[in-house]
Amino acid sequence: MNASQDKLLAKVTQADYKYGFYTDIETDAFAKGLNEDVVRQISGKKNEPGFMLDFRLKAYSHWKTMKMPEWAHLTIPEIDYQDIIYYAAPLQKPTLGSLDEVDPELLRTFEKLGIPLEEQKLLSGVAVDAVMDSISVKTTFKETLAELGVIFCPMSEAIREYPDLAKKYIGSVVPYTDNFFAALNSAVFSDGSFCYIPKGVRCPMELSTYFRINMANTGQFERTLIIAEDDSYVSYLEGCTAPVRDNNQLHAAVVEIVVLDNAEVKYSTVQNWYPGDKNGKGGIYNFVTKRGLCKGDHSKISWNQVETGSAITWKYPSCILKGNHTTGEFYSVAITNNYQQADTGTKMIHIGKNSRSTIISKGISAGHGQNSFRSLVKVLKTADNVRNFTQCDSLLMGDQCGAHTFPYIEVENDSAVLEHEATTSRIGEDQIFYCNQRGIDTENAIGLIINGYAREVLNKLPMEFAVEAQKLLQISLEGSVG
Amino acid sequence: MLEIKNLHVNIEGKEILKGIDLHVRAGEIHAIMGPNGSGKSTLASAIAGKDIVEITEGEINYMGENLKDMNPEDRARKGLFLGFQYPVEIPGVSLVNFMKTAINENRKFKGLEPISASEFLKMMNEKQELVGLHAKLTSRSVNEGFSGGEKKRNEIFQMAMLEPLLAILDETDSGLDIDAMKIVANGVNKLKRSYNATILITHYQRLLDYVIPDFVHVLYKGRIVRSGEKELAQELEEKGYEWIEEEV
Ligand SMILES: Nc1ncnc2c1ncn2[C@@H]1O[C@H](COP(=O)(O)OP(=O)(O)O)[C@@H](O)[C@H]1O
Ligand SMILES: [Mg+2]
Repeated sequence: MNASQDKLLAKVTQADYKYGFYTDIETDAFAKGLNEDVVRQISGKKNEPGFMLDFRLKAYSHWKTMKMPEWAHLTIPEIDYQDIIYYAAPLQKPTLGSLDEVDPELLRTFEKLGIPLEEQKLLSGVAVDAVMDSISVKTTFKETLAELGVIFCPMSEAIREYPDLAKKYIGSVVPYTDNFFAALNSAVFSDGSFCYIPKGVRCPMELSTYFRINMANTGQFERTLIIAEDDSYVSYLEGCTAPVRDNNQLHAAVVEIVVLDNAEVKYSTVQNWYPGDKNGKGGIYNFVTKRGLCKGDHSKISWNQVETGSAITWKYPSCILKGNHTTGEFYSVAITNNYQQADTGTKMIHIGKNSRSTIISKGISAGHGQNSFRSLVKVLKTADNVRNFTQCDSLLMGDQCGAHTFPYIEVENDSAVLEHEATTSRIGEDQIFYCNQRGIDTENAIGLIINGYAREVLNKLPMEFAVEAQKLLQISLEGSVG
Repeated sequence: MLEIKNLHVNIEGKEILKGIDLHVRAGEIHAIMGPNGSGKSTLASAIAGKDIVEITEGEINYMGENLKDMNPEDRARKGLFLGFQYPVEIPGVSLVNFMKTAINENRKFKGLEPISASEFLKMMNEKQELVGLHAKLTSRSVNEGFSGGEKKRNEIFQMAMLEPLLAILDETDSGLDIDAMKIVANGVNKLKRSYNATILITHYQRLLDYVIPDFVHVLYKGRIVRSGEKELAQELEEKGYEWIEEEV
């Protein structure tokens, strides 16, 4: 590293997190702390059927026996689970007939976030579910979707209205015994989105959920379930933001996807939780379990993620490729800037014959950020003719940050063909100067270079969001060079 | 247009340029020749504002302004163009996207609206033709996987797109076969106007058969040791750089 690059990097300033505002709105919240009673109360608030309460209670008692995982390449400060509020909901009328009944302050919040909930104003072809703190605020386009038999509604509603589906699938891909955070989520999850795509239906619009943590000291524990019946297709997108706060907030979500014969689910995430300030104060702890099951033959799941937020991220969207001729994909861009830490990656579990998986990971580290990529490709005895391609690239900006890769491979079937490529590079001062010399300033040059680097992943996002994601990447790195 | 006075430059503490004087007026073509390592690229970098170049003495004035505190992008926006000796690769960024960004940044600086898609397309086609850049290259990543000749041609293409007032072409002719070189020369000649100027940095006299310079300077060990008209290039070619060495 030469003197001038030092100088360039010394100019570090943190761009303001533009979603950091707090909405002053009346909230119904529990007292801090977690015990069996709290679990019961959450279930009660939601008028859940008995099976759900049973599930929660089992999860809770199991969770009590577990410890936080320590294998990740993360430094996680002690979390006091009794110092967290487990349920907080914006106060509003119990049922919403129309948008007029939604608290205008809430609507303004989502508008500020660039998520208009009034249907006529929505991006054409995108249905939105908005979740603030513990509950779903508003789901749009429900009627249009209902005509096709597509169910897109808050999880709490699905549990009441479609108990058979809920009972059959909740916990079927991520059992509450899976890991510490999954167990915690299973005990206290508050809301989230539920999608059901019936047989033969190609969902005509993107389904998307925006998650917003608003209240201080609350944890957000949403749970999402997507079921794609035979020959169906859906593209789903989630976005997340939170106010700027000095203390850390916990987000422990679970996403389960079940895909049947010939069906396909594309799940895209633009994760922009508050990352903490430039000194590493505050920010969201994002400990998430996401897993999809390619249950039917010829089924497909792709995970596409752009991860720019959170103080600490612990997340491995995975595919269980159970059916024959199934496909799992993972396309990821993860940025860590300032003092952010991310340990993220994927697992591809090949059970079915002729199953295929692709893993493309683009890590970007700047400031003091620590970026770890972890992948597991597991091929079981039953899985003949498996193919996997893994590409893991790391881009470093400056010399205070770190990139680490941990590729694991477990193969029990000799017919498997696995390819692995990895590169590490730096944003070159030469690249920036070349852009400067053409009249492009350093900020834009970095945006251009980063977006070029991440292009394979950005190309996988739905059009409307790819543009947003590009801007987000640039904003997240603003000031990290020059 | 460009006035360099007693320019001394250090790179990493080592003095590379040791008092350069150079005066370029609108409408002129200057050639700077000299053996490898004599400081030609360093001079180009100093003018363009690369920040590893440290000016210890003297000054560079461009269009009546001292460039001392001007960042490289503003120099570029004010019409200064550098054709790089080693063009840089930018993976994943298509040449189209790169050029569009560059053009719009330049327009923004002049207070103009972003260029319309159709106007941009027309311009791209026109300039591609002018410099013989293969159309397929514009959708590829900037310089990535380009052959040596394609990279050089791409520099001329970008020059044609940006229409600079002062273009410095750093060994744009080296590594090119004679046909490719003619295209580069042709590009320079076609873009020549009474209000712009070109500095050709070259190692060989060859290019100067096709682009006739008004002045030739010989840079040697950080100093301009000879200046003259185009005959100087001829003389240099015949006698070799050893001649300069002996003279100095
Ligand atoms: N980035 C750099 N770091 C250190 N030394 C350099 C650098 N660039 C050029 N130099 C030195 O400056 C001198 C002149 O180089 P250069 O300007 O590239 O010459 P030319 O273009 O005439 O071949 C050489 O001795 C070279 O080693
Ligand atoms: Mg040189």
